[in-house]
Amino acid sequence: MTQPKNFAFGEDEKMLRDTARKFLEDNLPTDKLHKLVASNPDLYREPESIWDRDLWQQIVELGWTTVIVPEENGGMGMSLVALTALVEESGRAALPSPFLVTANSSLVLRECSAAAGGRLLEEIAGGKTASLAITPKTGSWTHDDCDVALEGGTLNGTAWFVQEARKVDSFIVKAESSKGIALYEVPAQATGVEIVPDTIVDLTRDQAHINFNQVKVSSDQLLAEAGEGSAALSRAEPGLLTLVAADMCGAAEWQLQTTVEYARVREQFNRQIGFFQAIKHPLVNVMIMVDHAKSLTYNAACAYDTEPEHAEKFARMAKSRASDVAAYASNRSIQFHGGIGFTWECFVHLYTKRQKHNQILYGDASYQRAKLADILMGPMAA
Amino acid sequence: MSEDQKKDTPEQADFRAYCRDWLSKHETKTPSSRLPQSAIEIMHTDQMEYLREWQYEAYQAGLVGCDYPVEEGGAGRKDCQLIANQEMQAANKPFLPNILGLGMAAPTIHFHGKQGVKENLLPRLFSCEDVWCQGFSEPGAGSDLANVQTFAEKKGDKWVINGHKVWTSLAHFADWMILLLRTDKSEKYDGLSYFVVPIKSELGKSVEVRPLIKITGETGFNEVFFENLEVTEDYLLEDLGKGWQVAQTTLLHERGAGPMVTPSSGGATSGGSGNQEGLSVGGAYSLINLAKASPRNGRTAADDPVMRDKIMEMIIRQEGSKQGARRARVEGLCDHPMRIPLQSKLVMSEIRQDCGALAMEIEGAASTLYINDENAPVGGEWPLAYMNSYGVTIAAGTSEIQRNILGERVLGMAKSK
Repeated sequence: MTQPKNFAFGEDEKMLRDTARKFLEDNLPTDKLHKLVASNPDLYREPESIWDRDLWQQIVELGWTTVIVPEENGGMGMSLVALTALVEESGRAALPSPFLVTANSSLVLRECSAAAGGRLLEEIAGGKTASLAITPKTGSWTHDDCDVALEGGTLNGTAWFVQEARKVDSFIVKAESSKGIALYEVPAQATGVEIVPDTIVDLTRDQAHINFNQVKVSSDQLLAEAGEGSAALSRAEPGLLTLVAADMCGAAEWQLQTTVEYARVREQFNRQIGFFQAIKHPLVNVMIMVDHAKSLTYNAACAYDTEPEHAEKFARMAKSRASDVAAYASNRSIQFHGGIGFTWECFVHLYTKRQKHNQILYGDASYQRAKLADILMGPMAA
Repeated sequence: MSEDQKKDTPEQADFRAYCRDWLSKHETKTPSSRLPQSAIEIMHTDQMEYLREWQYEAYQAGLVGCDYPVEEGGAGRKDCQLIANQEMQAANKPFLPNILGLGMAAPTIHFHGKQGVKENLLPRLFSCEDVWCQGFSEPGAGSDLANVQTFAEKKGDKWVINGHKVWTSLAHFADWMILLLRTDKSEKYDGLSYFVVPIKSELGKSVEVRPLIKITGETGFNEVFFENLEVTEDYLLEDLGKGWQVAQTTLLHERGAGPMVTPSSGGATSGGSGNQEGLSVGGAYSLINLAKASPRNGRTAADDPVMRDKIMEMIIRQEGSKQGARRARVEGLCDHPMRIPLQSKLVMSEIRQDCGALAMEIEGAASTLYINDENAPVGGEWPLAYMNSYGVTIAAGTSEIQRNILGERVLGMAKSK
């Protein structure tokens, strides 16, 4: 199969994206975001989960969470390209919400064959939120690595680094049995589920580890049979990487534009500081990297929709480049704001922290390159 | 179907089929000597004649200049040069030698020349019967291009030109030159005018071409001296004093950001066809096979995780640039229309340079071996390519000037001048 020249980004996708951009500009300008999530600078603050539930309700009503839910499950059945454009906008706004994790969950559910998968997709189309509980304490992104055990219909163990754990209704839990990896839906309120919030750097997210203490699961929660869970996650993985890359592209564009704007108003030596090439040229470098990352991200999304045989390769390229630009744009955005950029009241740290979180999710830049090398060059000799 | 083929217009689809058919029947002769890596390193007459013949055949077949109007020697097609380029590249044909004519002179003359000049000069440019060069830089006008001092003075109905141009690629073969010069010393920008002038027919009379030797040991660029060269006003593009505006058309195309697509047939050369199978000097993907063939620390460079990481980074940058060119044509995914096009030359040249440097790192000790050493990997072409890459990061506005342009025109930061 081959990709359409325009990444299949047509009028419908553009209208959806433009509406989302306008909605977030109107409803979550950065000063409002800062008031919302940065009210407590205390170094020793308790773990928090701060978000605007009313805003989220409006987003659900706009249909963002139904975009990639198949039509037979009550969704819009649109492409990953369409969703990528929405996630890019949510990254530009540094939106605190369960949007990305619910989208990620939908991607995994689309790869699950058990009946409960279709049921949960329908519930997501109806406004339910979900997050993936698939990571062990080591932080390994390998699908076979798991700290939750499944035995006799009971889950025991801990899932780590669970995103937006205190915002969502349900978890998609990876569990290991003697027959291999399985996936189950576990409601956040289920008996034996203990959500332990992590104290994290990123102010726009929450994260937790989740203890499963004798949590009973039944067949109507089964998403992927033991032995089929890893494959389902692998098929969804290029989509997960693409969406995180899209979040980083949107955030990096905000970092670029905000820093450029500052370089156009801040004066020293009787000149706008953007006059100086020590400021101007690195910002151009940020722009070039953002553009590469964005182009690679849409290419990856389009490949996921139309060219599955190349999806992983292109997704790893996108996630790698987006992680690199996230790091560089963050670095320059603080440095070029000078002293004010080092303060809590300046907005740039919100994005720097979100970017740092994004860089790590599902594997950082060099991790992606190592995986890409295995695809393009074959494995390394022992 | 190939990726390129998808969504061709009916005219493009027919033309693509035609190109493919013609190329499949066209036999590329074997060059009698090693070809250089690009047109701006053509040193010898036999190289030029070989490549000139290829361009002539491609033009006669309608693959060169096809988007230009029929009366200017084109075929009056719409958006078909891109198709011809894709098919010529896929067929691995040699490069077109008249690169400065096709890429810069032709679009400038097309947009700004008098009708008679277009009709007389463009057909011979496309066919490569006339080779073209570009007279922009001077000893005192490099990055500050508008400081050119070559001067044209009106005497009767003639313009008399005196001055000194430098870094003039292909001048040693050139029949014609596009020439940015000064007609008024009191105004920096508005004192510039733009001519096309004959070179070859004036050699030994009012024009002298002296070769310069590059860091590689190759020739290919030159100094050009004018001493009372006379031309008529027919060869003035646009009005007197509009040279800077006309030059923007040239520069935009030179940097890959202009409206006319430059005819390009890729880059099959004799480089790297030496004794190692599957190795050639190319883009970032060619580094994979090079790494597999290069010993490193008891294994190969392909088994060194650091080298793997660097190669992947190179490939990702190259793919990012390629996908960027694709995205630049999708209006809904670009907030600023010139943002990606104006990056084109900067990004391409720096990728090429870093790719060359990485190739030499992969080759290790053997990267000390140069062209003509029988033990050199890939015939010593990678060290040559690395050194030649500076021609591209410096020419057509240095990378530093490109960053000024992007920072000022696209991002709106304060101007350096």
